[in-house]
Amino acid sequence: MAHDQKRPASVLQIMDAKAVQRTVVRMAAQIVERDSDGVMLVGIHTRGVPLADRIAAELASTTGTPPVVGRLDITLYRDDIGPWRPAHTQPVLRKTVLPVSIDGKVIYLVDDVLYTGRTVRAALDTLIDYGRPRAIRLAVLVDRGHRELPVAADVVGKVVVTTRREDVQVRLRPADDEDGVWLGREAPDGS
Amino acid sequence: MAVERAAGLAAKDVVGIATLSPGEIQLILDTAEELLEVAKRPIKKVPALRGMTVVNLFMEPSTRTRFSFEVAEKRLSADTLNFSASTSSVTKGETLFDTARNLMAMAPDFIVIRHPNSGAPHRLAGVVPASIINAGDGINEHPTQALLDAFTMRQHLGRLEGLKVVIAGDIRHSRVARSNAFLLTKMGAEVRFVAPASLLPVDVETLGVSAFRRIEPALEGADVVMMLRIQLERQKKVNFPSMREYYDFFALTEERLALASPNAKVMHPGPMNRGVEIDSLVADGRQSVILEQVTNGVAIRMAILYLLAGGRSDSASDS
Repeated sequence: MAHDQKRPASVLQIMDAKAVQRTVVRMAAQIVERDSDGVMLVGIHTRGVPLADRIAAELASTTGTPPVVGRLDITLYRDDIGPWRPAHTQPVLRKTVLPVSIDGKVIYLVDDVLYTGRTVRAALDTLIDYGRPRAIRLAVLVDRGHRELPVAADVVGKVVVTTRREDVQVRLRPADDEDGVWLGREAPDGS
Repeated sequence: MAVERAAGLAAKDVVGIATLSPGEIQLILDTAEELLEVAKRPIKKVPALRGMTVVNLFMEPSTRTRFSFEVAEKRLSADTLNFSASTSSVTKGETLFDTARNLMAMAPDFIVIRHPNSGAPHRLAGVVPASIINAGDGINEHPTQALLDAFTMRQHLGRLEGLKVVIAGDIRHSRVARSNAFLLTKMGAEVRFVAPASLLPVDVETLGVSAFRRIEPALEGADVVMMLRIQLERQKKVNFPSMREYYDFFALTEERLALASPNAKVMHPGPMNRGVEIDSLVADGRQSVILEQVTNGVAIRMAILYLLAGGRSDSASDS
């Protein structure tokens, strides 16, 4: 689930800054087409947070009303915390911020990369402990395949065919100093 | 002094502040800050410690610390077992180690222990594989109290470094004072102990704190005033003439509090003796953060449980 966001030396860039921006605009358009009102975006830490903000900015400029944006930390719901982790390491906790009640809302969970689906499972469990949304949908910038759970995204920026040995790295302003998506080989297995 | 946060806790146990590094203290405080939010959710429970068992082994009376640990454990979805001295075989003459061995047969992941003997948690930590958390041992340490105190200070004053902290009362019998002295000096705060000579420990200088026998000079410029309970049950051997006299010379009153910094926070680990070490007007006043200490205590205990749950040196294998 955690990505090492340092760009390895030998990588293939699969999206540049223009492509990222174009994709964000298209994702916002797809959200408007599908759900006209009551939409709330919830970014999953870490890269889902800036992505949700970016999509929200597009939604604000097309519809005239900025959607409510929240952020979700799924750490306490992960299936890989506990005694089977390497000794004495636990993921750092981050803030969950849901500025309004999620009851009755259409929630778009936003994340940078969809991979095994385990993050999404944890996010669903986290969100449901906060209330009862009308619907929960999933928007991702990159779907790289290799699902381990029955999870599918509703809005996908780009489908990228990968092997498990490859590593997809997303960099997004303003969290990073540039926009782009890279594919690295022989990288440590993320999720 | 910029403290760099540690990546994890180095030991499997939290037996005292003395054995924690500044970076580990920082990690616990930061983690607690995120966990504070769990109490505000509609469902005040997260599954992080699901399937793990915690034994609360309380060999000394305790209400708030035991409840605080129990709430923390339940909010993290751990299963809890409570043993207290009055209801267990300890009263039948069983030793601590035999009790612990029997408990280990039930495979707990954590043992939270309060014990009248200083060092009991440290001994236990060496003989059982479970993570030991010290909930107060004799007159030695009460690490979770010191952490929640520091958390409360940081929350209100934004930092620990450079704070002037007055700790007044029965210092000699106080594990809270000792743990606070260890923690605050490690984090760069200045600690001033205040007590009648009869209630000051003999080794006060070795703790790196200054000692005062009157409260007024110590209060000057203080950012935090922490009043300790006069342990009435231990005052049969008379350490001061009367409660009334103690109040007259050492109690925190509005007049005395005015000597401290105008924004000074008033703290008390509880239970309070109103009208002995603290005046009701101060205990319930604008500068009091006593009830927030209780709320923060749950978050600190959750943080320690969460961090200790992250892997054991004897079962380290990544999935």
